[in-house]
Amino acid sequence: MDGTIHALQPAEDAGAAALAERFPFAIVGHVDHGKSSLIGRLLHDTNSLPEGKFAELKAASDKRGGQFEWSFLLDALQAERDQGITIDTTQIFFQTAKRRYVIIDAPGHKEFLKNAISGVAQAQAAILVIDAAEGVREQTRRHALILQLLGLRQIAVAVNKVDLIDFDQARFDAIAREITDYLRQLNLKPSTIVPVSARLGDNIAAPSEKMPWYQGSTVLQALDSFQSAPVATDQPLRLPVQDVFKFDERRLVVGRIESGSLRVGDRLEFAPSFKQARVASIEAWNAPTPLTAGAGQSVAITLDDELFIERGHVAVHSDRRPILGHRASLRIFWLDAQPLKVGQRLKLKVATSRYPVEVERISAVIDVEKLQPTEASEIGRNAIAEITVRSRALMALDLAADMQRTGRGVLLREGDIVGGALVLSAEASDVDKRLLGPDHLVTREAREAVNGHRGVVLWLTGLSGSGKSTLAMGLERLLFQRGRQAFVLDGDLLRQGVTSDLGFSPKDRAENIRRSAEVAKLLADAGQVVIVSLISPYAEDRDRARKIVGERFHEIYVKADLATCESRDPKGLYKAARSGAIKNFTGIDAPYEAPETPELVIDTTAQPMERSLSALVAYVEPAIALQAVKDAWAI
Amino acid sequence: MSDLDALENQSIYILREAYSRLKPIAMLWSLGKDSNVMLWLARKAFLGHVPFPLVHVDTGKKFPEMYEFRDRYSKTWNLNLIVRDCPPVEEIDPSLPPAARSAARKTIGLKNVLEEFKFKGIIAGIRRDEQATRAKERVFSPRAESGAWNFRDQPPEFWDHFKSDLPEGAHMRIHPLLSWTELDIWRYIAREQIPIVDLYYSRNGKRYRSLGDSDITFPIESDAASISEIILELSHTRTSERAGRAMDHEREDAFERLRAQGYM
Repeated sequence: MDGTIHALQPAEDAGAAALAERFPFAIVGHVDHGKSSLIGRLLHDTNSLPEGKFAELKAASDKRGGQFEWSFLLDALQAERDQGITIDTTQIFFQTAKRRYVIIDAPGHKEFLKNAISGVAQAQAAILVIDAAEGVREQTRRHALILQLLGLRQIAVAVNKVDLIDFDQARFDAIAREITDYLRQLNLKPSTIVPVSARLGDNIAAPSEKMPWYQGSTVLQALDSFQSAPVATDQPLRLPVQDVFKFDERRLVVGRIESGSLRVGDRLEFAPSFKQARVASIEAWNAPTPLTAGAGQSVAITLDDELFIERGHVAVHSDRRPILGHRASLRIFWLDAQPLKVGQRLKLKVATSRYPVEVERISAVIDVEKLQPTEASEIGRNAIAEITVRSRALMALDLAADMQRTGRGVLLREGDIVGGALVLSAEASDVDKRLLGPDHLVTREAREAVNGHRGVVLWLTGLSGSGKSTLAMGLERLLFQRGRQAFVLDGDLLRQGVTSDLGFSPKDRAENIRRSAEVAKLLADAGQVVIVSLISPYAEDRDRARKIVGERFHEIYVKADLATCESRDPKGLYKAARSGAIKNFTGIDAPYEAPETPELVIDTTAQPMERSLSALVAYVEPAIALQAVKDAWAI
Repeated sequence: MSDLDALENQSIYILREAYSRLKPIAMLWSLGKDSNVMLWLARKAFLGHVPFPLVHVDTGKKFPEMYEFRDRYSKTWNLNLIVRDCPPVEEIDPSLPPAARSAARKTIGLKNVLEEFKFKGIIAGIRRDEQATRAKERVFSPRAESGAWNFRDQPPEFWDHFKSDLPEGAHMRIHPLLSWTELDIWRYIAREQIPIVDLYYSRNGKRYRSLGDSDITFPIESDAASISEIILELSHTRTSERAGRAMDHEREDAFERLRAQGYM
């Protein structure tokens, strides 16, 4: 059969002007509420069907022994016809006297939400179809919410199958009220609510005579009254770099201007770097070389200075920069079968930039029925939620409320698109411009911003057998699992290398501590949470370590009485010391000076190691948190 | 911005995405009007260059005018052209209806090209308005190692974010003309003065509206002998573009089966 839906209504004037405007709109709604039928009827009533199409479909449905279904027209795939539901989005072209239309038919079945979104995202307006007999259903609401998330503002409602409610005004009004209320909560207002019967053709192309109480527009009139989206040339310039070509000795920076405009001579900044250069030329092939370019144009520009620019940079004017930061809160719709949980890592792709992010927090999952945020620990398939993410890389973000095209993106997991995201807010990081230049060191603050936590030294002191090493290793593993940079400096290991020339005299012990403290400081500067596990028996030595490290030094006294430690004796050292095989052993024949004012005391004498570990973690997390995070948690 | 400008800019964006994300990549050149528009758009996207090979999977049964066109413009435009023959029809699934079986030679021919050159991306000039199964396509459409198209479970695609990561052995079909209509193609050919095979113009009351193999493609009744006459004719027609392509019409699902197995 000829599956082509190639509908072109003879227009009054077939000249280019009448054809110039194309308007894509979506038809959405709950499964079986009659979306495909509405399209079939629209094409039929506007005389847009190809020759013989109606007869052919009639024959096909007769062959199946069923009643004629308008939806056969669209559900041209064999699999769909047998299953009776629209699996994927499809597009049909038709034309009125006003303009050309592209109808995007989105499947109403919940399973196929990803396909519905793929279709609807291309539309400039939507018709929401509601079955008059069934009223507003779950997918009606979900689709309305999706329209809002996708940024569609022009919506008309078609209350279909009014023949099934005997063209009754009261029942129509009740549905109209219900959907208007729901849409109002989404800040959406339908341009019109039309009572229709797609099957019988009421109020599709021509006004119905069966509903004298309805004086509003037909579906076709509603369509013709939708406006085309204005081009965003008055917004700040955003030119996400797609690629850098090197052709004919020219270095061409290419991409599409998502908003704003640029002209030859403009100084551009390539966010999130602070590198700047002027536009030397805007290149073109088989067309005059332009002096300006604006939103919607795919351009190729040359610059007056050779900068390191790559895909993912965004060309902007420096006075209208995006927000540069490491943390953002997003409203997302989740499309993957595997739920999203706190701590998971994804990529946030905005235009051509990909940022590695970690889910820090799930603030709320939106209840589609009541539109209320509810608490949740994970986000299931097809759910809409608000989350906070943190990126290891500096992100250049716009807010969806201000900048539609660059304020949104997709979430990627192993290269697959698993969700869509709108940027609700983004936290500007205190970025030092200089550190992004080639001549300057990366500062500690910059490392901390990337890591999302501070570099600190946790100095665990205590008798041999008090549990320092066990706690240190446990803490390291736990922090690592949470995506923190953590590293244990163990006394025994240090003595195998850095301090292998030292013994156990008071003087050598002091030197041992000094070197250990210096190494710990360097690692903390590199951004690590350094966990030092050293007996370090003398208060004076520990104080010197504190001086070396500075305010990032945390003295943690792992306390256990001598008898307990001796009874544990994991390495058999106490036994050896008692027998005189080892000299100067702390607690036996060398003193241990317990800290007087440590930051934390953990008494391991009686409590199980797990409880000691949770006490340690409870202390460490706030101690390594960046100020911004502390503020966020305080709210 | 006019609608043709919008289409052009969108296609350039898609072509640059494909070239940036998928390497090695190639473009199919069937010598018809659509693939010539696509090639033109590539030259716009890459400033006069075509930085990837053009592949002609040759059935050996194209019209002589098409071979002449290929040989002439591959030289004039300095194209990196790869021509590979399709296997004979005897090697194709005999359960397919005759014309579809003949067309399926191209599917196998393409599969052989993919094996030989290990392309990760294949740019093809299909359009949504041509055919109902093509209307369901994605701009970036992943294919399994076998070349099969899983239309039951396509990746989400919105806001111009395309899936571009692929498992080993799989490849991506990229469709930069998906949103164009037949009429757009002709209006763009007229605007840009893109050379095309003259079989599209009427001779003795007939012209080809769509070009395939010479034995399974038939001309339509038409007096349209120039681009503007073709545009006028199309503005009033209610028959489908591929009406003259026999393989689409043999059996209700013949074309869908062809596509699921990897046809363009």
